[in-house]
Amino acid sequence: MSLIEVENLKVHFPVRGGVFQTVKDHVRAVDGVSFSIEQGQTYGLVGESGSGKTTTGRAIIGLNDITSGKVMFEGRDLATINKKEYIDVRKDIQMIFQDPFSSLNPKKRVVDIVAEPLRNYENLSAKEERIRVQELMELVGLSPEAIYKYPHEFSGGQRQRIGIARAIALNPKLIIADEPVSALDVSVQAQVLNFMREIQKELNLTYLFISHDLGIIRHMCDHIGIMYKGRYVEHGTSDEIFNNPQHIYTKRLIAAIPDSNPRNREMHYENRKLVKSEYDKLEKDFFDEEGLPFSLKSISATHQVALPERG
Amino acid sequence: MNDVLLNIKNLKTSFRIKDDYYAAVDDVSLTVRKNEVLAIVGESGSGKSAFAFSIMGLHTRAKIEGDIDYKGINLVKASTSQMRKLRGKDMGMIFQDALSALNPLMVVGDQIDEAIFLHNPKSSKSLRKKQVINLLNQVGIPRPEKTYHQYPHELSGGMRQRIVIAMAISNQPELLIADEPTTALDVTIQSQILDLIKELKDTINAGIILITHDLGVVAEMADRVAVMYAGQIVEIADVYTLMENPQHPYTRSLLNSIPTLNDVKEELHVIQGVVPSLQKLPRTGCRFAARIPWIEESSHEASPELHEISPGHFVRCTCYKDFYFPEQAEEERNYVAN
Repeated sequence: MSLIEVENLKVHFPVRGGVFQTVKDHVRAVDGVSFSIEQGQTYGLVGESGSGKTTTGRAIIGLNDITSGKVMFEGRDLATINKKEYIDVRKDIQMIFQDPFSSLNPKKRVVDIVAEPLRNYENLSAKEERIRVQELMELVGLSPEAIYKYPHEFSGGQRQRIGIARAIALNPKLIIADEPVSALDVSVQAQVLNFMREIQKELNLTYLFISHDLGIIRHMCDHIGIMYKGRYVEHGTSDEIFNNPQHIYTKRLIAAIPDSNPRNREMHYENRKLVKSEYDKLEKDFFDEEGLPFSLKSISATHQVALPERG
Repeated sequence: MNDVLLNIKNLKTSFRIKDDYYAAVDDVSLTVRKNEVLAIVGESGSGKSAFAFSIMGLHTRAKIEGDIDYKGINLVKASTSQMRKLRGKDMGMIFQDALSALNPLMVVGDQIDEAIFLHNPKSSKSLRKKQVINLLNQVGIPRPEKTYHQYPHELSGGMRQRIVIAMAISNQPELLIADEPTTALDVTIQSQILDLIKELKDTINAGIILITHDLGVVAEMADRVAVMYAGQIVEIADVYTLMENPQHPYTRSLLNSIPTLNDVKEELHVIQGVVPSLQKLPRTGCRFAARIPWIEESSHEASPELHEISPGHFVRCTCYKDFYFPEQAEEERNYVAN
C-alpha cells in the first residue's frame, strides 16, 4: 500500500472585494491533483512559479486548508480527520523549507530550534533532550558542540542541515521538501542533495520533492508529476518523463533546460524553436477554452498524460 | 586588435572593514571584444558582482585600483559626469533582481523613456514614446501599448526582467553587463531571455559580460569563460576548451557538482568547505588550497600566477597538474583490489 495517496485534491483561495469584502471569486491554486507515493521513494513535483506545486505540499502538511478531495496517509484521510488524531499524524509528516535564512528563528539557539518538535511530542528531561539534539546534529554532519550557537553563525548549507535536523527529529515517515536547495550555491547544493539521499536510505524516508529545477528532479526522483495552472499535465517515472515526454508543455519545459555541452548549442536552439512552434500550433488542442490542461489519460501503467479528448 | 571593447588591467577593488581595506576583486585582467559573450562564473562571494559594479562605476565607497580602458577612456579615473554620460548610453547593465531595479512608483514605460531622455534631452516626447513601444516589442512583450502604462507590481517576474533589459538596451550600448539575468526565473522564461540576449548581440554587435553561477547557461551562451574564485580569475578559456578540458581544480569541481540530465550519478561531487570571507581570505599562496587538502602543499605555487597552457587558455597555480578527485582514486583502488 502506498504511504500517501492524494485524490482529486483542490485548494481554492477566496478573492474578496467590494464594500463588505464579500467573496467574489476563487483562485483555483490546486484544482484536482491526484498522486500516490510508495514508502522509501522520492516523488518530484515540477512546475513553474504559480503552478500550485508549493500549495499542494502545504495542503498535505496542513498549512493550507483543503477545499475538497482526499489525502490518505496510512489509511487515514487528513482532510476530514479530527484535531486530536491530526496531531498524532502530524508528527509523521515534516517539512524542509526553501529559504534557510528565514525558516530558522534568529533569536533561538540551535538546540531550541531542533528540540522544538521534541518538546511538542515527547516528554524528555533536559539532559535526554540535549543528548537527542546532539545525536541529530551528528546525523546531519554538524558538530554536536555547536548546539548553543545561533543560526547566523552558520553558512547557508549548514543552516539547511539544521532545518533537516529539525525535520527528522521525530522520525517522520514523509518529508515534504519545498525547493530545499534553490537558495543555495551550486557546490553547497550538491552537499545537501547527497545528504538527503543518504538519510533517506538510512531512515527509510519518503520524500515529496518540490522543485522547478529539472536537473535536480532528474537526479533525485523516482516518479515525477508536472503541474500547470493547478492541474497535472503529465505524470510518470523519471525515465518516461525525460525520455518520452508526451504533452507539449512537458516537451517545452525539457527543451528549455540549458544543455551542458556547448557543441550542441545550435542544435539545441533549433530544437527549442521547433518545440516552441509546435507548442503554438497545438496549444488550442492541448488546453481547453480557459487555457487549462485536460484530465489525465493513461498511456501505460505508470505514464499518464493530459491528452485532448478526441472526436 | 581593433575590436577590443574593454581592456581591464590589474583591477583591484577593495572594501573597508574596520580601518583596513580588503580586496574583493584582486588583480583581474581581462579583455572583452565586440560581438562576444564573456561569461564570468563563480560561487557567491567570489567577487563577480563586485567586478561588474567596478566597471560600471557603481561602488560608492570602494577603493578601485588598476586600469579599465573603454575605447581610450580610463573608467577608473573618469569623473562622475563622464561616467554618467557613458552609463546607460555606451554601457548598459541588466540587474539580477528586476523588482528592486525598477521604481515601484513609476509606470514602466516612463522609466524606459527616462533612460532615453537623459541621453537625448532634445528628443521629442512622441518620438521617444514610439521608441519605447519599439523596445517593448523587441524584448517580446505582447501588448506594449498597455504595458507602457503598467506599474512593476502588475507584471510577472519574466516581464519585469524584460523591462530591465529593454532599459539596458534603450540606447544601443556597445557593452552590456548582465548580472545573473535569469537566476530568479523559471526555465521556460530563462530560455526566452537568453535567446533574446543572443539576438541582441547579433543585431547591435555588442560585447556582453554575462555573470552567472549556472554552468548550463554558460554552455548555451558564452564564447569565452572566466572562472573566478576568491576575487581572482583561476581559469580562462574559450567555452569548448573550458567545458571539455577544464584544468583548474575549482573548475573541475564545479562541473562535477551539478546534476545533469544526460548522466545520472549516484552521488554528486561536493567541494569541501566554503568560500572564505573577505577578512579571512589567505592573501598568499593558492587560494583554493584549503578546499582541496588532499593535494600536497608542494604542488601549489608560492605566489600563483596565470599560466598559458595552450593559446588563450590560462590556468592559475600549478596544482592543476597533480589534481585528482579523492572519490575516483578510491574507486580505482577498489577496482585494483578486486
